[in-house]
Amino acid sequence: MSETLFTRMKDLPSTHLLGAGTPMCAGCGGLSALHEIYDVLGPKTVFVNAAGCMTLLSVYPFTPFRGSWLYTSMASAPAGAQGVRDALDILVEQERMPEEEDLEVVVLTGDGSAYGMGLSSTSSAIERGLDFLYICYDNEGYGNTGHQASGATPHAAKTSTSAGPRGFAGYKKDLFSIWAAHEPAYVATVIGSEPLDLARKVEKAKSLTGPRLIIALAPCPTGWEYEPRESIDIGRLAVKTGVWPLKEYESGTVTHTIVPSPRLPVAEYLQRQGRFAHLFQPARNDALLAALQARVDAYWDQV
Amino acid sequence: MTRQLLTGNGAAAWGARLARVDYVPAFPITPQTEIIETLADWFDSGAMPGKLVTLESEHSMITAAGAAAATGVRVFTATSSQGLLYGMEMIYAVAGWRAPFVMVNVSRGLGTPTTLESDHTDVLAARDSGFLQIHCATCQEVLDTILMGYRLAEDTRTRLPVIVNLDGFYLSFTREPVEIPESRAVSEFLPPYDPQNVRFRASAPTSQGVAVLGGSPYSYFRYEAHLAALRGVEVYDEVASEFEAAFGRRHDAVEAYRCEDADIVFVMMGSFSTKAKAAVDELRRAEQKVGLVRIRLLRPFPVEALRRAVAGVGGIAVIDQNLSMGRGGVLHTEIASALYGEQDAPRMLLSFIGGLGGRDISPEELFEIAAETRKAVDSGRAPPTRLLYTAGELREIRKLQAIAEVERREPEQKS
Repeated sequence: MSETLFTRMKDLPSTHLLGAGTPMCAGCGGLSALHEIYDVLGPKTVFVNAAGCMTLLSVYPFTPFRGSWLYTSMASAPAGAQGVRDALDILVEQERMPEEEDLEVVVLTGDGSAYGMGLSSTSSAIERGLDFLYICYDNEGYGNTGHQASGATPHAAKTSTSAGPRGFAGYKKDLFSIWAAHEPAYVATVIGSEPLDLARKVEKAKSLTGPRLIIALAPCPTGWEYEPRESIDIGRLAVKTGVWPLKEYESGTVTHTIVPSPRLPVAEYLQRQGRFAHLFQPARNDALLAALQARVDAYWDQV
Repeated sequence: MTRQLLTGNGAAAWGARLARVDYVPAFPITPQTEIIETLADWFDSGAMPGKLVTLESEHSMITAAGAAAATGVRVFTATSSQGLLYGMEMIYAVAGWRAPFVMVNVSRGLGTPTTLESDHTDVLAARDSGFLQIHCATCQEVLDTILMGYRLAEDTRTRLPVIVNLDGFYLSFTREPVEIPESRAVSEFLPPYDPQNVRFRASAPTSQGVAVLGGSPYSYFRYEAHLAALRGVEVYDEVASEFEAAFGRRHDAVEAYRCEDADIVFVMMGSFSTKAKAAVDELRRAEQKVGLVRIRLLRPFPVEALRRAVAGVGGIAVIDQNLSMGRGGVLHTEIASALYGEQDAPRMLLSFIGGLGGRDISPEELFEIAAETRKAVDSGRAPPTRLLYTAGELREIRKLQAIAEVERREPEQKS
């Protein structure tokens, strides 16, 4: 990555813009990512939100945002962004609003919206070349309703709708590739536990125009079943085991920004989380663990 | 001012153009599509400044409409039927944003069975949403009502979006002579939209559409919107008077046609009321004291105007072009609730269902309705709700069923 303000941890913003005291759970990986993202984006933003955990950030009459906010619905936040962006463009073009009043339009949704109900409106916003930033906090389940399986839930994970001995039967949808297939200006994966990588990507996204989409893996103490203090460790393990590849798409090319080498065994990430406890107790499910490891290995073999 | 032959859809597009709308989120659906095609041409040619964007669904279209209105520009959109229902989550949501805009609905019956033709079941599904709702009977009214609609929506006493309804096919595709007002006169009647604090600006951060915790703030904001909608009656009357002063045409919330000495009145909405007017004229020639009350403003409901219009009437026949399954006509229950307990309320209130899915209502049926109502007034007993449906129609359905039966059996006979 070139010409970044963020070459060392010391370069990261030291003042934090997002207010404290939100109703998010202790140890919320999504909130830590949002903190870091907001520090780079700044308050000249309007966050267009879809139904999810973070809808509860702005509950009348409080908001942690210094900028603006619009809640829409679970399915149509990108369409809300379209309306706001187009209206701001019209006002600036017709000189009815000074340019310094303009805002960066940021969609903020969970994985339930991003991977499922909101995918159609996202696809269409990209296809229309909408100039917006999309932040998905991905905690791999419908977190706000008690962590049911979503399109982002990984194979074998226990959720409140896949609580049996084999966990979730499906496989996590590759939203990064789905988004990238639309050839938008920018797509990236980030995680709050890698703040420098995150800051550089948000910085790059901010510098570009057109559709820019970022998925933040959001370790979730309540849904993934671990102690809140472990959130950062689990996030780091997601990267070090290769389960959550940190990468970006730009101009037709996918680049991995952090390549874990050597990769830790996937089991080290899984065994820290209650949602995968059935892979280890009462007996270690070596066959399934090997299959999960093989999927991660196969991914990195083609990188 | 020019006079042109315009379809209802063409008149709707002219209404949006004259209102100088900035932004049109769109999605095609029959019988509305001509509106957005016309507007798309005008944006493309530069006749209209601003932007039209085709979204991928009505749900997204209404979201974009509300979001742009919440950012402070004048927004227009249009839909029909299944599209209106596909966007229904957002119809309720954006009304709560209190960001005003005008949406045309070209009404069309809802599936199932699927149909393209008109009735009011679609638009009545939006009745309780917070959108104000006006029903048009002519192409001229469509154009005029859009201009009035922006005044009603943007007034600081209301600040609610408005649905302007026109009947699919009967108005959408029917050409009538329409006066297109001078844009300067329209600008005087409808000044630029002032969003006040309902907007997004860098220097004035704001949160819109936020959640609440608990029933108390929820009740407060819902009731505030209800009170704003109720204030719409007064605002509407003012707007109607100003419109008349500017353009010479008056469109009352409730149109009373030959009601002065009437002992029986039809009550209806939309374009079929022009058929009822013709029937009233016929009946008057036969020295029957029959009138017509047309509800133009459905939300807010103009209770007082209705009471005035039917004062002294013996019997009312409500003709509903909709059907609430398990209850009957929606307008019938609206009228009943507005009149119940009133001292001068007409004694008899009859309910007829007609014009579903584009089915015509004939003059003979209107004469029959008048006769039935008179009978009810005389006997003091109202008959149950009746569907307007002839023996001939039933015979035709039986034929179709017989054909369907043969078609179903044919493969069996072959094998």
